[in-house]
Amino acid sequence: MSSTPSFDSPRGGDTAAVPVLSVRELRVEFPTRHGTLVALDSVSFDIAPGEVLGVVGESGAGKSMTGNAVIQLLEPPGHIAGGEVHLGAKRIDNLDEDAFVPLRGRHIGMIFQDPLTSLNPLFSVGEQLIETIRTHLPLNHKQARERALELLREVGIPAPENRLDAYPHQFSGGMRQRVVIALALAAEPELVIADEPTTALDVSVQAQILALLKRLCAERGTAVMLVTHDMGVIAETADRVAVMYAGRLIEIGPVEAVIRDPQHPYTRGLMASIPGIETSRERLYQIEGSMPRLAAIPAGCAFNPRCPHAVERCRSERPELLPAGTSRAACWLHDPTDPVIPVSEEVAADGH
Amino acid sequence: MLAFLIQRVLQAIFVMVVVALIAFSLFHYVGDPVLNMVGQEATEADRAALRARLGLDQPLPIQFFQFIANAAQFEFGISYRSARPVTDMIVERLPATLELAIISAIFAVVMGIVLGIYTALNRGSWLSNFIMTASLIGVSLPTFLIGVLLIYLFAVELGWLPAFGRGQTVPVGDWWTTGLLTTSGLRSLILPAITLGLFQLTLIMRLVRAEMLEVLRADYIKFARARGLSKRVVNLRHALKNTLIPVITIIGLQLGTIIAFAIITETVFQWPGVGALFITAVRFVDIPVMAAYLMMIALVFVVINLIVDLLYYAVDPRLRVQGGAK
Repeated sequence: MSSTPSFDSPRGGDTAAVPVLSVRELRVEFPTRHGTLVALDSVSFDIAPGEVLGVVGESGAGKSMTGNAVIQLLEPPGHIAGGEVHLGAKRIDNLDEDAFVPLRGRHIGMIFQDPLTSLNPLFSVGEQLIETIRTHLPLNHKQARERALELLREVGIPAPENRLDAYPHQFSGGMRQRVVIALALAAEPELVIADEPTTALDVSVQAQILALLKRLCAERGTAVMLVTHDMGVIAETADRVAVMYAGRLIEIGPVEAVIRDPQHPYTRGLMASIPGIETSRERLYQIEGSMPRLAAIPAGCAFNPRCPHAVERCRSERPELLPAGTSRAACWLHDPTDPVIPVSEEVAADGH
Repeated sequence: MLAFLIQRVLQAIFVMVVVALIAFSLFHYVGDPVLNMVGQEATEADRAALRARLGLDQPLPIQFFQFIANAAQFEFGISYRSARPVTDMIVERLPATLELAIISAIFAVVMGIVLGIYTALNRGSWLSNFIMTASLIGVSLPTFLIGVLLIYLFAVELGWLPAFGRGQTVPVGDWWTTGLLTTSGLRSLILPAITLGLFQLTLIMRLVRAEMLEVLRADYIKFARARGLSKRVVNLRHALKNTLIPVITIIGLQLGTIIAFAIITETVFQWPGVGALFITAVRFVDIPVMAAYLMMIALVFVVINLIVDLLYYAVDPRLRVQGGAK
């Protein structure tokens, strides 16, 4: 499951040290009539070749926003207002739309949540595959058709030669998501952003689709940014995991470490609120309060009003990502120079 | 598919029979036509003879049946006013109306779709805002006023284009005369075609724009962009085709309206078409002409609706290709 990133992938070679994607201090803003909303605030992370990075968080935490910002498909008026995004050695956040179009599909693929609406209902699956292939690769129609058949076979569509001319409505949800994966991988991008790829599917199909995505990307050495709110999906698929809260990255680390030994109080709450078979509780744990709206993010650490350990410093000074165990967490508890003394669990419980 | 077609044709026939009933009842609720037709000195015997000649002495159901049987053969009797067969009168004026309607429909559809796409893709640009504002004028000004304004500007003040009539026409085939082959005919067509098409143009444009904005928000458009397709392909292939599905219905209905509402434009421009004939018929209570016109317009609507339904089939595979999902 949590295999180490495959640095020996064909694309890796001697540039193995260069991450496929490097995001630094990324800031996304939405200007509105009532002021500017900061949807992403100083988000930084890397994805190594062949690595699967899970991005988790509640709805509105900015996980999808991060994916959309990387591939520059933000809904206007949202825009990148600061920071840098590098794809390999190339800086891409400052490219204009015309310069960015050739990157999409060819270098960065994307898979969306709902396979039922991701495919254009008026074009056959074959037409959509062939146009994608021919956009990126120098093939004629016949060669592109061959390649489309091969892709459908790879994603596990039975009898692809009969299905190529079928329309999306003739496929089931799971089959459509396989087609979407085939489309996203058609030009062999180095990075695939999968935005809740299994959320809209039946539970029985979810595991198949995840396994398929993971296998195809591992075969090609494709890095994956897997956006989801489902910790089960993360545990099963990701190598590392990034936790987001109110548009900020608050913890990032190897998947085992983040799940078994979360370092940020929010992550701890998040993990504790997942129902487990072994841990039988009368009631599931829940974090008091709710995530702040973007218009009302508190000063300092965004989590401070809900945090049992919050001290004065948390309300005024925003913590950077600090080393914490094998992970890094944005919490003053981990400041080596001035560690906040953690409030013991009992005291925290009394405080409620 | 065949069942669908048969069902639609049966519906169309039903609609036509209902319209025929309305057209037929005109004969009996708008006074006694015989009194209008004969002179004051006519004797009772003259009236009875005319009544018999027009078939007005038969019982009502027989008259109705006769009316439908004749209508099915495009036979609508004799004009009360000019004493000529109604069908001949309509046929000789039909080319003028159809040419006007078709040209203004092409104008409205082409310009409407192009401007709709432009204003949807360039939302917020000053030109889009200008077009949208100007389109309000097209929607809100009545047709006759637009016609009069155009005449005033281009015919009276500038003197560029003729103010009325159809210009010079040349015969094509046995019964068709066209103004499309002469310079004066084409020049005469411009103002009435714009007048007739302007409302439809603005309607189609606003509809295309609204639908296009809706479609551009769809997931499959975002996914098409994420696949790396160029802006052109995404907008003009993926978005446009989806935009046009609901637009087809409206365009179909509007084409019918263009022919039906040619009446006003034809009156303003003294265009020698069927609409002008109808206005004259109304003035003189010329029932057979009115009935025939009513039937003709109903037929146009029914046929266009049928074509629209079939177009849906051609465009939308969800209707054409059944299920098969596993």
